[in-house]
Amino acid sequence: MPLKGLAKDSALAAFVALILAIPLVGLNTVERDGRIVVETRFSWVAIAVVAVFVGRLLLGLVPRRQKQATDKRPLAALLDKHARALGWCSLAGLVIWPFLPFSSTYLVDLASNILTYILLGWGLNIVVGLAGLLNLGYAGFYAVGAYTFGIAAQSFGLGFWEALPLAGLLAAAVGILLGFPVLRLRGDYLAIVTLGFGEIIRIILINWSSVTGGPNGINDIPRPTFFGLPLTARAAGGGETFAQFFGLSYSPQHRIVFLYFVVLGLALATNVITLRLRRLPIGRAWEALREDEIACRALGINPTSVKLSAFAIGALFAGFAGAFFATRQNFISPESFGFQESATVLAIVVLGGMGSQLGIVLAAVVLVTLPEFGRDFAQFRMLLFGAAMVAIMVWRPRGLLSLRAPSIRLAPSSERR
Amino acid sequence: MSYFLQQLINGLTLGAIYALIALGYTMVYGIIGMINFAHGEIYMIGAFVSLTTFFVLGAVGVTWVPLALVLVLIAAMGFTAVYGWTVERIAYRPLRGSFRLAPLISAIGMSIFLQNYVQLLQGARVKSLPPVIHGGFQLMESNGFVVQLSYLQIMIMTLTIALMAGFSIMIAATPLGRAQRACEQDMTMAALLGINVDRTISTTFVIGALLAAVAGTMVTLYYGVIDFFIGFLAGIKAFTAAVLGGIGSLPGAVLGGFVIGLIEAFWSGYFNAAYKDVAVFGILILVLIFRPSGLLGRPEVEKV
Repeated sequence: MPLKGLAKDSALAAFVALILAIPLVGLNTVERDGRIVVETRFSWVAIAVVAVFVGRLLLGLVPRRQKQATDKRPLAALLDKHARALGWCSLAGLVIWPFLPFSSTYLVDLASNILTYILLGWGLNIVVGLAGLLNLGYAGFYAVGAYTFGIAAQSFGLGFWEALPLAGLLAAAVGILLGFPVLRLRGDYLAIVTLGFGEIIRIILINWSSVTGGPNGINDIPRPTFFGLPLTARAAGGGETFAQFFGLSYSPQHRIVFLYFVVLGLALATNVITLRLRRLPIGRAWEALREDEIACRALGINPTSVKLSAFAIGALFAGFAGAFFATRQNFISPESFGFQESATVLAIVVLGGMGSQLGIVLAAVVLVTLPEFGRDFAQFRMLLFGAAMVAIMVWRPRGLLSLRAPSIRLAPSSERR
Repeated sequence: MSYFLQQLINGLTLGAIYALIALGYTMVYGIIGMINFAHGEIYMIGAFVSLTTFFVLGAVGVTWVPLALVLVLIAAMGFTAVYGWTVERIAYRPLRGSFRLAPLISAIGMSIFLQNYVQLLQGARVKSLPPVIHGGFQLMESNGFVVQLSYLQIMIMTLTIALMAGFSIMIAATPLGRAQRACEQDMTMAALLGINVDRTISTTFVIGALLAAVAGTMVTLYYGVIDFFIGFLAGIKAFTAAVLGGIGSLPGAVLGGFVIGLIEAFWSGYFNAAYKDVAVFGILILVLIFRPSGLLGRPEVEKV
């Protein structure tokens, strides 16, 4: 673009920024001495306008790459090629992670948190990435899992391991119940219905106080045991504890490391199941359905049942993640399962490149670790989060690491390379 | 009976506000077939702009209510329209022709961004506006219960009906409306025939934002309290209204808005206010199952 046109463009952008900034950046109503007065912050407006002008100018100066006909992704292709090796390496790293010299309670706990999101991301990936169904109420299933365990522990005295399958199955059942009527809908309708479903779950959790504890949530959720051995300082019923059984001196770190391995196991199971499912007819049907529903129907695939299976399996993993979340936190309340949670998991899937297992791991690491750097940043976390979602969609609509190649091809492709 | 009548009036007022937002959803969906997820946030911005303008006018000394109202509406519509235009330009236009979910995800990102943007700049606490329009009619009185119909409620309802009628005429009879309908049917063909598709779509977003700004101003006047989060629920409910009425149809959106408002008012009046949102979403699910094209919509035929 010629420089003159660019300058004109930037000036226009700056002008728009000025109009945008005046009412919300430039003016603010504050209460002072019991009266509401209007406060002006025109210096901020000036900064915003200059920033937009310079930003637009710089953006225009960057030479625009020619759009390639095929979306070749050197990095993604490289990672994809070595995905197996990379996967084993990271697995080995994850197993020895708690025993590394520099790892602390904090780092292990952070890793557990990241793994929970990876688990959620992989679960949602089946729904969004593979089957192409946009689910905006994923936190609803997560909540069902967490509350199943919470209520089962509180009312029936079930432990983590007994409640875990129950939590998964109940979440899957809720998924089927919701999916049955709504999966015939088009993609965007489905998105809104699932969003409404997530809200319904949250409202019920808040208001059904006799069962869910209302806004206060459920306290004292039991911790998992190691084959019946509690990881506490003293066993409740006078039995042996984990430390006594193995002749170790008790340390609270045992529990955190154990929780880490529990979630690592759950995540690995999810990964293996997903990778296997992708090779089964059902997994191929998911991907085919994502690409073209009408063609699938013509080939005799029943879209509703195929979608329903994706929906239920996604919900199942969310239920597992919810039960783990409950046992790790020891406490659950409706606040943890709002729309922001659904949006975070969705962002992990989308940023990772829908359909890519490895991409989801990367995205989860980035999105969970970022807010840990400095509390000042936490305030801007969601702001940047939203902006990043828009930016990535605009620049790389297919996500950071996605190839979106079909898992299987009928014949060698005829394109010459 | 009098309680019923009061709930009816309240529900219609609430429904009028939803209808104004739903009009924006339905127009955008009609033309590019995407859910403008950030539309609720545009409405929220409209509410903030109108609140600030009220205080600015108060500080400047404009206290004659009709003049202040007109100025506030103009300011809210003007600024909010620019927001609507910018959102389309930044988040949606580059994604035209991309895969189906991309604009929707970008819209969700935009919605999260705008919410936090307003929260950071204007604070997380609720902001309140003292009542501006006082008075109304007392329709009837029985057993000490007075049925009120305030001037503000009348204004909100008439404005909604007038705007719906105005835009219906615009779509039916003006060159812009013709261009919009052409883009709705076939964008490529419309472009070949000399219609500036990008400009038409931008105009649609601007109109949607104008209507949302009116809704935002009305809600600020009606409830007197706003915060950065009001756009989320209002947005979903307005979308529900648009779907209920048949997405793409302007009278449908208004009808849907009124129905949703009435359901909400009667549910809180006669059953349990805590579950009113559950009732609304339940209705949405039921409508989508039994009548996916809505009350006034045309069935959608998918072609290969």
